[in-house]
Amino acid sequence: MEALEHKIPFPGAARIGITGAPGVGKSTLLDTLVRSLRPRGDTLAIVAVDPSSRASGGALLGDRIRVRSGASDPGVLIRSMAARDRLGGLADSTRAGVVILSAAFDRVFVETVGVGQSEVEVAALVDTLVYVVSPGAGDILQFMKAGILERPDIFVVNKADLGPLASRTAGELENGLALAEGIRVERRPPVLVISAQDGTGIAELVDAMDDHRGWLLEGNGLSEHRRRGDEAFVLETLELRYGSYGLEAIGGPDAVRARIRDDTSAFTAIEALSREIEQALRRSARSEA
Amino acid sequence: MSPNRRARSPTLELPHNPVFVSLLAYLRTCIPATSQGDVTDKRTSRRDRPWVFRTYSGHTSAEASNRLYRTNLAKGQTGLSVAFDLPTQTGFDSDHPLARGEVGKVGVPIGHIDDMTALFAGIPLDRMNTSMTINATAAWLLALYIAVAERNQIIPAQLHGTTQNDVIKEYLSRGTYVFPPGPSMRLISDMVAYTVDAVPQWNPTNVCSYHLQEAGATPVQEIAYALATALAILDAVRDRDDVPANALPRIVGRISFFLNSGIRFVDEVCKVRAMAELWDELTRERYGVEESKHRRFRYGVQVNSLGLTAAQPENNVIRITLEALGVTFSKNARCRALQLPAWNEALGLPRPWDQQWSLRIQQILAFETDLLEYEDLFDGSHVVEARTRELREAARAELEKVLAMGGAVAAVENAYMKQRLVVSHTERTRAIESGELEVVGVNTYTEAEASPLGSGAQLTLRVDESAEREQIERLEAFRIRRNAAEVDAALQNLKDVVQAGGNVMPPSIRAAASGATTGEWTDTLRGLFGEYRAPTGVVASRANESAPGLREVRDRVHQLSDKLGRPLKILVGKPGLDGHSNGAEQIAVKARDVGMEVVYDGIRLTPDEIARSARDEGVHVIGLSILSGSHGTLVLDVLDRLRKVGLEDIPVVVGGIIPEADAEQLRRAGVRRVYTPRDFDLARIMREIVDVVSESIPAA
Repeated sequence: MEALEHKIPFPGAARIGITGAPGVGKSTLLDTLVRSLRPRGDTLAIVAVDPSSRASGGALLGDRIRVRSGASDPGVLIRSMAARDRLGGLADSTRAGVVILSAAFDRVFVETVGVGQSEVEVAALVDTLVYVVSPGAGDILQFMKAGILERPDIFVVNKADLGPLASRTAGELENGLALAEGIRVERRPPVLVISAQDGTGIAELVDAMDDHRGWLLEGNGLSEHRRRGDEAFVLETLELRYGSYGLEAIGGPDAVRARIRDDTSAFTAIEALSREIEQALRRSARSEA
Repeated sequence: MSPNRRARSPTLELPHNPVFVSLLAYLRTCIPATSQGDVTDKRTSRRDRPWVFRTYSGHTSAEASNRLYRTNLAKGQTGLSVAFDLPTQTGFDSDHPLARGEVGKVGVPIGHIDDMTALFAGIPLDRMNTSMTINATAAWLLALYIAVAERNQIIPAQLHGTTQNDVIKEYLSRGTYVFPPGPSMRLISDMVAYTVDAVPQWNPTNVCSYHLQEAGATPVQEIAYALATALAILDAVRDRDDVPANALPRIVGRISFFLNSGIRFVDEVCKVRAMAELWDELTRERYGVEESKHRRFRYGVQVNSLGLTAAQPENNVIRITLEALGVTFSKNARCRALQLPAWNEALGLPRPWDQQWSLRIQQILAFETDLLEYEDLFDGSHVVEARTRELREAARAELEKVLAMGGAVAAVENAYMKQRLVVSHTERTRAIESGELEVVGVNTYTEAEASPLGSGAQLTLRVDESAEREQIERLEAFRIRRNAAEVDAALQNLKDVVQAGGNVMPPSIRAAASGATTGEWTDTLRGLFGEYRAPTGVVASRANESAPGLREVRDRVHQLSDKLGRPLKILVGKPGLDGHSNGAEQIAVKARDVGMEVVYDGIRLTPDEIARSARDEGVHVIGLSILSGSHGTLVLDVLDRLRKVGLEDIPVVVGGIIPEADAEQLRRAGVRRVYTPRDFDLARIMREIVDVVSESIPAA
């Protein structure tokens, strides 16, 4: 795994997250994106992450059924994954899958249901986060309160065919983003109005995604972003395994961050830091005995 | 004797003409009995005319089905009910890749006007009442029917019958939709607007609650969702430019329903009475219909098939009879037409003898009993009226809920209705598993004498495997002898008219007469409307933690998952054109409940798509569901594809309506387990899936 991370040429595939509440049209959007990108010759991988049952550990992975345009196309791969393993963490395999797929495909999409925590995790996993909204889904204050406005790089209002309602929602989003400007100084995310069903606005969305990637690739933007993502992933995993107590034992989150250098893969870091935490915990147990 | 000559002079062969025989039977019941003597021991009152006796049938070819219809009519059936095969229902020609294995299996293949002519040979269309169970392609089949009638100098105004034409329930349970909801509703409203003047004795749509019950709906859901569908259709028609306001009452009067009748027959009586009351109210309030004759609740019925058992199948005759009571007992809520499934439907296709038996049930009920001599038996019954009121109010509330979402179409697109149905069905399945819902012969009273009826193989109809090849040959010959230029012009005309917003019927009739095929008509519209995938509704089902046996299976799944290094992953899907997804959905939900990751791939999959999904998703096991009888061809195709992509070691299990002899063949071909309707214990199926995967792990 570690070896693989090293061998992947940078930047590799564009890693794009598509998230949003259930029913906003993410799968339909992906279906339309497949139809629009394949003729350009791009190969596409889609990781469709569905919620899993806390109790049974099982999951109903039903997204592939909605993205039919790639069904017989060798240039499209869809892999369905459950959001959580039985321990509750974002399955390791999701991150591993994205890394491996980005070595083999031109674009890798990660589709998730945007509900709080998993949004944060997906943001750490992808280069560009697209947040999809349904018109009239609720006022922008709700979005602001939920902290949703801070993460995404592109906002999409779907169902443009609903006309004025869609453009009103887009307007409200833009106002909300302007108010939140204080947090997002570097780049105001664009708000696009599209119809996933008939393809209106899809070309503009693709341009916005390419645009964001271009912006990241200027200077160190992308490698910085990915390193921050790696940091979040490592911290999340260690915290899940060992708790904040375990993290403190090796110097706390800041110390951990300092340890993640560009040339270390996140997985290598997790293994090494896990060993250290375990040693530290054994030592303190012994000293208390 | 040529079919055309027979059609024009039916009186020439009176004793043998099946239509005449059936009309005689029908007329006999209208003549009042003469009465003398004591009122209490002689039949004095006039008998009501009975409902129309139909039997849902068709298979193999138009010619074979025609023979079957004439035989059934001669036995006393009074109306036809045409079953079409899946390619016809989903708009594919018999030689299309997706039609493979499906031609002539669950109904008659109708590819063009010559097939339709053969189907009705010797049956005078101006005197027959024909119900066609056809939905996505209803406009096409009606166009063919009209074109055949016109060839026999019968004008459309003389035609009596029904096209089922209810696409909403297709999205919810039956799966033979083609186009998205918007265009589908437009096609339905085109047919309503066209027939009200041109074919006034025709029921352009039969709003169905039948399939909702088959998908697990409760009585309240049946009422609410069917009425929501009816309102969606009427609203669409009312809003058309080409329909004057004064035609609306007549149009409302032409809306009819197709209901189910379940084993809880008291509830069913109350359900129908409640529905009739709500319909009367809705038509008056929403559409301003004043004449009571246009507000009458008219409906046909097929009784419940979901509850027919494969175990001790002879018991089904009793079930069917009791269910017929639910929709005939109350005169004011009596069905207009009744179809009874055969006792062996859970085993396979019924033979003519099986259909005859079900027809006799109707005839005994109508002619030997005194049911038709009385006014309504339940008016004034406080028990029935209380329950009716209860159902009516609950249904009204659920209907309001759907209307608040934007109506039936919105409730399809947001998966609300589908989810409700999956939840109801899941509850029913669990109740049967736990024994809370008793089904005689299945989970209670299962000890039985050895049955003298013989094994499954002899008890059902086998569609000859050569049927498909022969139908394709006929189709190819037809394509050669028709006038290609006329067909092209007609199809172009169809496209132009529909694109410009015109009514689909006239150009479709022209296309039918010119020799267009089912696939060509549908492809023309596919080009304009696109093809649709409906939401599956499985996600809403909550995991049931406390079901018996679940914990134990879940532990085994977790153990196996640990061994495999990741959760046990299963692909569940339906190859071919069968769209009845309830069984597959129940399996998907149960597999999730026991801790598996389930890739639910839905319906209408080619073997190639299944193999690719299995490979891309890295599944450990594949579950296929097929109820259309095409399992022989399709399962073997899937196994073949899996070999081609290097997945021959992935175990495959199959579920469906599969006779034992076929199951044996499948097992010999490498299928690990075959499940039929007998296998209601889903926990056991899950345990076996775990076993099957364990067996295929190479020894470490």
